[in-house]
Amino acid sequence: MAKQPVLLEAKNIIKDYGNGQVLNDISLQIHKGEVIVLVGPSGCGKSTFLRCMNGLEQIQAGQILLDGEVITEGKTDWPKVRQKIGMVFQSYDLFPHMSVIDNIILGPVKVQGRDKKEVTEEAEKLLDRVGLLDKKDAYPRQLSGGQKQRVAIVRALILKPEILLFDEVTAALDPEMVREVLDVILELASSGYTMLIVTHEMQFARAVADRIVFIDGGKIVESDTPEAFFTQPKTDRARRFLNTFIYAKDGEKLTSDSY
Amino acid sequence: MDTEFIAEYIPLYIEAAKLMLGIGLIGIVLSLIVGLLIALIQYFKVPILRQIATVYIELSRNTPLLVQLFFLYFGLPKAGIYISSEGCAIIGLCFLGGSYMAEAFRSGIESVEKGQEEAALALGLRKGQIIKYVILPQAISVSIPALCANVIFLIKETSVFSVVALADLMYVAKDLIGLYYKTDEALLMLVVAYLIILLPISILAAVLERSLRYAGFGN
Repeated sequence: MAKQPVLLEAKNIIKDYGNGQVLNDISLQIHKGEVIVLVGPSGCGKSTFLRCMNGLEQIQAGQILLDGEVITEGKTDWPKVRQKIGMVFQSYDLFPHMSVIDNIILGPVKVQGRDKKEVTEEAEKLLDRVGLLDKKDAYPRQLSGGQKQRVAIVRALILKPEILLFDEVTAALDPEMVREVLDVILELASSGYTMLIVTHEMQFARAVADRIVFIDGGKIVESDTPEAFFTQPKTDRARRFLNTFIYAKDGEKLTSDSY
Repeated sequence: MDTEFIAEYIPLYIEAAKLMLGIGLIGIVLSLIVGLLIALIQYFKVPILRQIATVYIELSRNTPLLVQLFFLYFGLPKAGIYISSEGCAIIGLCFLGGSYMAEAFRSGIESVEKGQEEAALALGLRKGQIIKYVILPQAISVSIPALCANVIFLIKETSVFSVVALADLMYVAKDLIGLYYKTDEALLMLVVAYLIILLPISILAAVLERSLRYAGFGN
C-alpha cells in the first residue's frame, strides 16, 4: 500500500503536570486512512497523549500538526480544529438532558450551522448503521452502556472529522457490551477512517490496527505492525506488558522470558 | 375574638399583601438575574468582575436586610442620593437575594460532571454554547430546590419593609395593635396572611422539584 499523506503529527511532545513528565518527547505520524492503536500500562501517558492531540490538555513543548499545519503555536482556534479531530470518551458523556437524536445533531447544527432537517436525516442513517435507529428519541439514561457508547461514536462521526480519537471506549463497559462497540469501530476502520485508539483490548488491537504503538513511562517504546508486536515484541518491557494478559494454568508463574 | 373587627380590616391586609407581593416579585426576578450573572462571571472566571462578585456575595450574605435597608433609606440621603421607599425595598431585596441565587446557581453548575464540558469541547462547541446548551440546562434543574427555598426566604424577608415606611403586612398589624389594641386579631390575620401567600408557593416548589426529578433525564 502506497503511503498516504500525513494527517496528524506529533513532534517531540512534552507534557508536564508539574510533578514529573507525563509525556516525554513523543513523536508520532498518523497517515490518512491509518489506524494506530496505543497500548501500554495504566498511567503510561497514552490517554494524556490522545487528549493533547485535540487540545483538551496543553502541551509544554513540541508541536502538533494537522494537515501539515502547526496547530499548537500562536492562537489556535481549537473549536475549529476539534471539528476535524473527533473524540470518543471512556465515560460516553452523552448529554443527559437531550434525547439521542438531539445529542447527535447538537454539534452539526450549532457548531457547523448545518440545516437541522438534513442533519437529522443523516443522524438517522448513522444510527441505523450502528443498529440504534429505534432509540433515537430515547434519553441516555434509558440506554445500556454499549448503546450509549455507540451513540457517542455517531455523535463524533456526524461532524465528518478527518480523524477519530478513541479513549478507552470499552473500559467502562460490561464484557458482553464490549463486542458491539468494537464491531462498530472495526467497521469504521474497514471503511477507511483514520483513527487513533487507546485500548486495553489486545485481541481487538491486533485485529483493527495497522500499527501498534507501545508507550511506557511517557515514551514510545515500540512501534510495529500488530503481527510483529504481538508475536515478537522487541523490548523486554513490551514482553512483560503482554504477559500480563496471559493467564497460566495451575498457578504456573509467568516471568518475562516465559512468553 | 372580634370577628367583626377582622372582617373590617381584612382589606387592609389584602392591600399590604398586594404591595408586598408586587415588590417581592420584582425583587425576586431581579435577584435571579443578578444571581445568574454572578454565577456566569464565576464560571467564565472573568477577571476583576470575579473579585467584585466575591466581595459582593460576602457583603450581601453577612449583613441583615434590615441593615441594608437602613443604609439605603437613611444612609444614602446623607450622600445626596434619595431613593423612594419602593426603590429601597426592591434594591435591598435584590442585593440580598442576588448572592443567595448566585450560590444556588453556582452549586448547580459545579454539580455538572466535568466530562460533559469536555465532550462538548470535543464536538467543537465554544464556551458560550457549552454553558447555554449543555451546562445550564442540567445545572438549573439541580438548582431548582435551592432557588425555590430562596424565593420563600426572600418573601419572608419582606416583613422588614416597614422600616422604609412601606405599609407591608407587619406594618398593618403593628398599626392595628397600636390603634385599637386588638393584638390577638391583628396577629392572627398576620399569620394567616403569610400562610395564604407562602403555602401555595411551597407546594408549587415541591411539585416543581418532583416533576424535575422525574423529568426523564438525570443520571
